[in-house]
Amino acid sequence: MIQIEYFLFVSAIMMFAGIYGFITRKSTLAILLSIELMLNAADINFAVFNRLLYPNGHEGLFFAIFGIAIAAAESAVAIAIMINIYRQLQNISVDQLTKMKW
Amino acid sequence: MNFLSIFVLIPLLMLLGLWAARNLNQVRGVMVTGSTALLALSVYLVFAFLDARSLDPQSEMLFVKSIEWFPPLHITYTVGVDGISVAMLLLSAVIVFTGTFASWQLRPLTKEYFLWFTLLSMGVFGFFITIDMFAMFMFYEIALIPMYLLIGVWGSGRKEYSAMKLTLMLMGGSAFLMCGIFGIFYGAGGQTMNIIDIANQTGGAHAIDGNWQMLWFPMTFVGFGILGALFPFHTWSPDGHASAPTAVSMLHAGVLMKLGGYGCFRIAMYLLPEAANELSWIFLILTGISVVYGAFSACVQTDLKYINAYSSVSHCGLVLFAICMATETASVGAILQMLSHGLMTALFFALIGFIYGRTHTRDIRELAGLMKIMPFLAVCYVIAGLANLGLPGLSGFVAEMTIFVGSFENPGTFYTAMTVIACTSIVITAVYILRLVGKILYGTPTNPHHLQLTDATWDERFSVICLILAVAGLGLAPFWVSDMIQTGVHPVIEQLQAAGSLFDSHSNPFL
Amino acid sequence: MEHTIFILLLPLFSFLLIGVIDMDITKTGKVWSHKAAGLIGTSSLAVVTLLSYLTAYEYFTAERLTDGTFATIVPYNFTWLPLGTLHFDLGILLDPISVMMLVVISTVSLMVHLYSFGYMNGEKGFQRYYAFLSLFTMSMLGLVLATNIFQMYLFWELVGVSSYLLIGFYYTSPAAIAASKKAFIVTRFADMFFLVGILIFGYFAESFSFSFSGTIQLAEGAAAFQTVNISKEVAAAGFLIPTALVLMFIGGAGKSAMFPLHIWLPDAMEGPTPVSALIHAATMVVAGVFQIARMFPMWMEYAPDSLSIVVWVGALTAFYAAAVACVQTDIKRVLAFSTISQIAFMMVALGACLPGHGDHLIDNHSSLGYMASMFHLFTHAMFKACLFLGAGCIIHAVHSNEMSDMGGLRKYMPITHATFLISCLAIAGIPGLSGFFSKDEIITACFAYSPLLGWWMTVVAAMTAFYMFRLYYGIFWGKDNSEAYAHHTPHEASWTMTVPLIVLSLITIVGGWIPFGHLVSATGQAYDIHLNTQVAVTSSVIAIVAIGLATWIFAGKQQPIAQKMYAAAPRLHRWAYKRFYLDEVYQFVTHRIIFRRISSPIARFDRRVIDGFFDFLAWGTHRTAALIRNFQSGNVQHYAFAFLLGALLLLLLMIF
Repeated sequence: MIQIEYFLFVSAIMMFAGIYGFITRKSTLAILLSIELMLNAADINFAVFNRLLYPNGHEGLFFAIFGIAIAAAESAVAIAIMINIYRQLQNISVDQLTKMKW
Repeated sequence: MNFLSIFVLIPLLMLLGLWAARNLNQVRGVMVTGSTALLALSVYLVFAFLDARSLDPQSEMLFVKSIEWFPPLHITYTVGVDGISVAMLLLSAVIVFTGTFASWQLRPLTKEYFLWFTLLSMGVFGFFITIDMFAMFMFYEIALIPMYLLIGVWGSGRKEYSAMKLTLMLMGGSAFLMCGIFGIFYGAGGQTMNIIDIANQTGGAHAIDGNWQMLWFPMTFVGFGILGALFPFHTWSPDGHASAPTAVSMLHAGVLMKLGGYGCFRIAMYLLPEAANELSWIFLILTGISVVYGAFSACVQTDLKYINAYSSVSHCGLVLFAICMATETASVGAILQMLSHGLMTALFFALIGFIYGRTHTRDIRELAGLMKIMPFLAVCYVIAGLANLGLPGLSGFVAEMTIFVGSFENPGTFYTAMTVIACTSIVITAVYILRLVGKILYGTPTNPHHLQLTDATWDERFSVICLILAVAGLGLAPFWVSDMIQTGVHPVIEQLQAAGSLFDSHSNPFL
Repeated sequence: MEHTIFILLLPLFSFLLIGVIDMDITKTGKVWSHKAAGLIGTSSLAVVTLLSYLTAYEYFTAERLTDGTFATIVPYNFTWLPLGTLHFDLGILLDPISVMMLVVISTVSLMVHLYSFGYMNGEKGFQRYYAFLSLFTMSMLGLVLATNIFQMYLFWELVGVSSYLLIGFYYTSPAAIAASKKAFIVTRFADMFFLVGILIFGYFAESFSFSFSGTIQLAEGAAAFQTVNISKEVAAAGFLIPTALVLMFIGGAGKSAMFPLHIWLPDAMEGPTPVSALIHAATMVVAGVFQIARMFPMWMEYAPDSLSIVVWVGALTAFYAAAVACVQTDIKRVLAFSTISQIAFMMVALGACLPGHGDHLIDNHSSLGYMASMFHLFTHAMFKACLFLGAGCIIHAVHSNEMSDMGGLRKYMPITHATFLISCLAIAGIPGLSGFFSKDEIITACFAYSPLLGWWMTVVAAMTAFYMFRLYYGIFWGKDNSEAYAHHTPHEASWTMTVPLIVLSLITIVGGWIPFGHLVSATGQAYDIHLNTQVAVTSSVIAIVAIGLATWIFAGKQQPIAQKMYAAAPRLHRWAYKRFYLDEVYQFVTHRIIFRRISSPIARFDRRVIDGFFDFLAWGTHRTAALIRNFQSGNVQHYAFAFLLGALLLLLLMIF
């Protein structure tokens, strides 16, 4: 049986890769991808903890599935917004989108 | 329903009327009706007050009526008048009345202009009828805010800058004031916001701890003093007045600046007597500076309104100066000076507005020989000028003399010296007034375009004549006003004397 | 004496009637024709004059009191403005000097009103002129009838303003504007001292009244004074009452054009000539003298030593003005300086009074100067008004003020010539005419005070005779300006202008024979004027010598001696002509120092420093906001980074 630490190690890498990406990337699309990474890292953790620590329960799995669904919905909305912004401004880089600031 | 509240009610009705008004004539109709009603009411109040006072010489305030407003904080809507507020209400009504006529020709957005104008007057009237500190503060704020829009929208010159400056400085004053008011409220036990109740509670205003008074007094005095153009917080006045439209300058210099003096006297001196005795020397010096400094500054200005604004700094400085002298006569003089300055300066601003409306310049280097072109306005200007420099028979003389005699009642070199310094202002005033009269009214017209200009129209004549009559009336028969004011001043001075005297001040290095 | 109220009310009503209604409120054109305005003014003044004479007659013929003085009558007095323990009254006070002043003012004023009919004929602003004249007359009468020092101050200011308005009557002329401004500001400056004097006096004497006598009382609320080191009584008697009186004298010196506050008077001649006659020669300028006379008992009681200030200021002024008058070429200026010099005579006389002997504070003999001063005030008003009105006729005829444009006018204007000559002889002190008597009393008083002063004033009297006859010869004799007169022959003025001259010169002739000492004297008791033979002879001889000198130098068609004298001392001549550059000094002080060094820096300080400070506050707030704003970048990534750091920080905190 694989040790729990291995799972957590992977999800931690994904999580921090996501955070790093979220903070540093300028493209909104890349930021969205980073968010997905973080969500997936969380999903992995849910599934792993549920499977290894509470084998009789299903709450963690449910939560992971919810997470996946929400991620899907969120990326749909996000990409829709991005496309709209791109249509308006021909740009989706976050530091350029200052039109509605101040 | 107490009839004092009608002073607030009429402006409210006027606001409704203006809101419903469909055209210029209706707007004017509402304004004339309303301001005439206010004037009539204030005249009625004078007689009613004199009547009631003769029946009841004891109570400090007459026509008192109190309505609970916000019980948890002991805020009430309490109205009541004494001789001082009656005089101030009369002054305000006269200025609002003449101000209406002075802005007869105002364009554009006449309706909106009058809406704000009426709101402002409501604040002013409300301030003078209430004796509850919180309600007073509220009306004070109501009077301040419209000023921003009136100057910012209908003003001239650097109007946005001036409007912003005026509002910010006065708001800064309000912040001090609010601290002071809450300080007094909690210092006096946190049971009432009513000025009279605080003053007459067990132990009087001395129930407020002396050390705390030392903190609240400067706050309150400066808070109101900013509005009364206390040096060095006076700089909003020249810019604000210069940019404001005619009637707003009139109302502002004529009435709003009096809120400052009135508040200083009614709240700072009355409720914080120990601190007043202790610290008034500082303010005496500041106001003494105001008096001379304003007059000297006015000597070299080139804009008519700046000259008058600095002259207001000097004259309002004299009001606060007299209040700080804390003698009965000087305080009566202070109130008389408020009346006199209110009328005089309103007259001045009205005339400047009319001249500006014709020549489109207020620069005295570009104006000359107006006596030939617009004799009526020029003669009135001379009269206003003479009133300003204290010609006997007009109001300025009465007020100044009362102040000087009253200030001299304080023995001691410091007070005598301050009075003598203040006396020099009468000479400097003469210098700038005569310089002005000589430059713009006398001589021959230099600008050929000015030759086509016409003299005053009927509405302008009407408002100017009303003001001149008021100035002359006060100057010729000061005794009845001064008697009326005396009854109002008396309790405050008693309170101050009960707290000791100016000579007990330990902090005053000049004693 | 109840009718005296009309003496004040009538001119006031005529002022309001002519002035206010004429303001043309209704825009329907002038309400009064020129004639109507003049008639209203003159007729009301005529009634006032009659009333004044009636008052004087009733007053001086009334029974004297047991101590030989005339009763002081106060027909009206009411509290105009209560001022704490003090009160400010308005009323009417009749005593010998105020009644005497009533007569002087109403007479001269009536003459001037009448004269102005001709002189101001056709001027623009004729109504305005009469309105101002009425205002002035009312104020001046109010001043002399004042029951207290404060009322005096009130009317004092009013006469100042009417003087300002009348000097600036020709308001399109820059010289008139400047002169009116100068007159008002200089006198106002002096008035400030007067006011402070009144305040001190009112405070320590606890009264503004003149009739206050006895010791200075302690204040009732004496508690207030315990903190003051010096008790009120001591302070008052020893130092402060004299100070107050001297301050009041400074006010009087301003109005009466004493050195160095005299500079406004010569310039005031920019006004219409009848105004100069009324205000700047006969009435208003003697207000200062009148004020000292009013406060005379105070001076005697509390400040007899300080009177020496009055003496020496007066003596200096008398000499200075006489010296300047000797070289002026503008005839009105010569008369103006002569006025200054003559008023200084009155001042000197008042100052030269000594306290009485024994238990009498004042006795008529030691205080001869008081009577002499009032007498001279009376006679001087008459002959100086006559001189000014005569000068007005001449200016009217020649259209110039300069002596060089005149000469030989005696043939063209016989009446003016005769009256002018009479007045000149009077002012020079030729025996028989009024000026001789009054001036003689003054010089006698001066000799009694100190021989130095006596000789000093005798010299000034000689100078008076000299410059007056220089003027007289310059106008009526000397070169005949036939060419200049050819296109416009000077002619005698209309009867409205000559009648006042004749009336005034008649008074000048007979005025000296009035038993003045019986009417007005220091104590109020009758005093017989006896000429001091020595003084009388000396001064007459000196006057005649001076006139002879003037005749020798100036009477001829050519004036070689005068030219030679000017050439001999050109600098002195120029300095005197420029009035010793005092005007320039004042100009320097006001413009360079007050405007440039005080006002401008204050105005700049206000804009730059004080206003700058508040602008700096606003700017600082703005800058701080701009700085802080960068933290709110709106960029979620920044927030996330901050969040992450915060989370890590918390984590670290929790671990350690």
